[in-house]
Amino acid sequence: MPRIFTYIAHKAGVADDSAAELAAAAQKIDATESPIAILTGWGSDLDAACNSLRALYAEIWKVANESLAYPNAELVRQALVAVLPPGSVLLVPHDHFGLDLSPGLSIKTNSCFVSDVVDIEGLQGTALKVVRQEFGGQLSTHVRCDISSGAVITIRPGAFKPQESAPVVGRVADKSSEIGSLSARRRYLETVVAEAGDVDIAKQTVLVSVGRGIQEQGNVAIAQELADAMGAAVSCSRPVVDAKWMPKSRQVGTSGKTVKPKVYLACGISGAFQHLAGIKGNPFIVAINKNPKAPIFQVADVGIVADILEFLPELTNKIREVRAGKTTAAHAS
Amino acid sequence: MEILVCVKRVPDTSENEIQLNSSGTGIETDDLVYSINEPDNYAVEEALQIVSKVGGKVTVVTIGGEDDEEVLRREMAMGAHHGVLISDQAFSGSDGRSLAAILKAFVQKAHYDLILCGVQADDGAAQVGGMLAAMLDYPFASLVNSIEVADVEKLKVSREIEGGNKEIHEIDLPCVLSIQTGINEPRYVGMRGIRQVASVPIPTLGPADLDIDPRTVGKGAAKVGRVDYFIPAFGKGAEMLQGKREDIVDRLVELVAAKGGLN
Repeated sequence: MPRIFTYIAHKAGVADDSAAELAAAAQKIDATESPIAILTGWGSDLDAACNSLRALYAEIWKVANESLAYPNAELVRQALVAVLPPGSVLLVPHDHFGLDLSPGLSIKTNSCFVSDVVDIEGLQGTALKVVRQEFGGQLSTHVRCDISSGAVITIRPGAFKPQESAPVVGRVADKSSEIGSLSARRRYLETVVAEAGDVDIAKQTVLVSVGRGIQEQGNVAIAQELADAMGAAVSCSRPVVDAKWMPKSRQVGTSGKTVKPKVYLACGISGAFQHLAGIKGNPFIVAINKNPKAPIFQVADVGIVADILEFLPELTNKIREVRAGKTTAAHAS
Repeated sequence: MEILVCVKRVPDTSENEIQLNSSGTGIETDDLVYSINEPDNYAVEEALQIVSKVGGKVTVVTIGGEDDEEVLRREMAMGAHHGVLISDQAFSGSDGRSLAAILKAFVQKAHYDLILCGVQADDGAAQVGGMLAAMLDYPFASLVNSIEVADVEKLKVSREIEGGNKEIHEIDLPCVLSIQTGINEPRYVGMRGIRQVASVPIPTLGPADLDIDPRTVGKGAAKVGRVDYFIPAFGKGAEMLQGKREDIVDRLVELVAAKGGLN
């Protein structure tokens, strides 16, 4: 059985939420042995993050180096190549850092690479069978990989539920002396924080969210009219921002904003996981899409197969009617 | 600056319902609409904008069959100077690592200062660019959403990270970058443009041209392979409102109002 490692990101001394999800994924490969967490970084923040994992992981490898204070994937890769034993299986979150680190790491460790894994079926000999999605989540696929020389596997955030397990008292092992000197041809300069927009969609209780199905910039007005009728705001998915039809500040998703509305109308949105990951707080989700196979219907509470350009104006009219009726009724009483 | 852009022809998921074939081994391809992988198109536009500023040429390359030539022509109609099709039965069924190895062999036959690819394709693996960079021992950055040519030796790039924030890096040339959608506004390609490049020769390269041992690529060499496709069954699934449009609208308004959706 290969040794299984998880790469744990951390910030300001706090380990990322993915720590427990990666542990759960590791258990699905080998339930008999506890995985080893690897953390890279520098100083007291790194120590705090390592210590915070001692109830979750029996063994934690700390790799401290001043040049790792900011997680530059090129430097982290060099550190991991130095400390990982040959044939290791490493699990990494499938996020912006995992995308940056993992494919190249698999080449440098001569191990197989599988990305964005949503489930693990198990290991038979050296054949690991996992589940991935293709075509924007429209189809799933079983993928088999040969892990005889190790593997780097990226795990979709949120796909593995953290398990209840008896707390352990983990041991932190310092591996810092094994990495030698690190040098980068890609140098981190700074992080530019997103500009605030005119409307803070994170604070809205009702959102009318539009996707590629809105088809052109002029049609955003159709969604705005519905939002006005409902007392809601308009948000959107990535393709709408890519096309410059709405500003980035209105985008819901991992690369946009995280929202927590009570009601979320997904209009012409296919439901890519990066989009869904930005919707928190278990809202009532209504999906309107002309493709009956759109993945959004699997996560929505209510679904309607329709062209939003026809459906939204009808919905707007009905809501106006109902509200006008209510107002009249209220005046009458 | 000599720029190589790696592109792929994919089923257009915004135009198609992807259907499983009856045996579950693949998808129904008869009625599919194909197009250039969207992030790849942004990568080509970015390359064209860079050479228009600093000079140089843009080459587009794809690995595939005869049908894939159409995406090369489309990108040449946008302004790419050269197109190359890497095609041979031996390459069929290659996993990500083999595709990266084939591209590495191609890159080593020429000289490119900068190699771009789209952040991911239809399989969502997002792997070939990072693998290619590691094989060439070039620096790499993923999810790039802006590029500024600093000087002849380096670029200043930004990466898209969480929450709409950007991470700024300086990266030495030659390097490989994976390009995120939205980095630019790709120019429109009309039928006229495509006709203009219809007769431009596109060389086809095989294993011998690239000094690749056919046994090291293709299905036989793949360490990672798809077993089957199936319809995903996660979540409980939505209650689908059906029937007359009027009734659907009425029911939806009731539901939304009951959940606090009318402020």
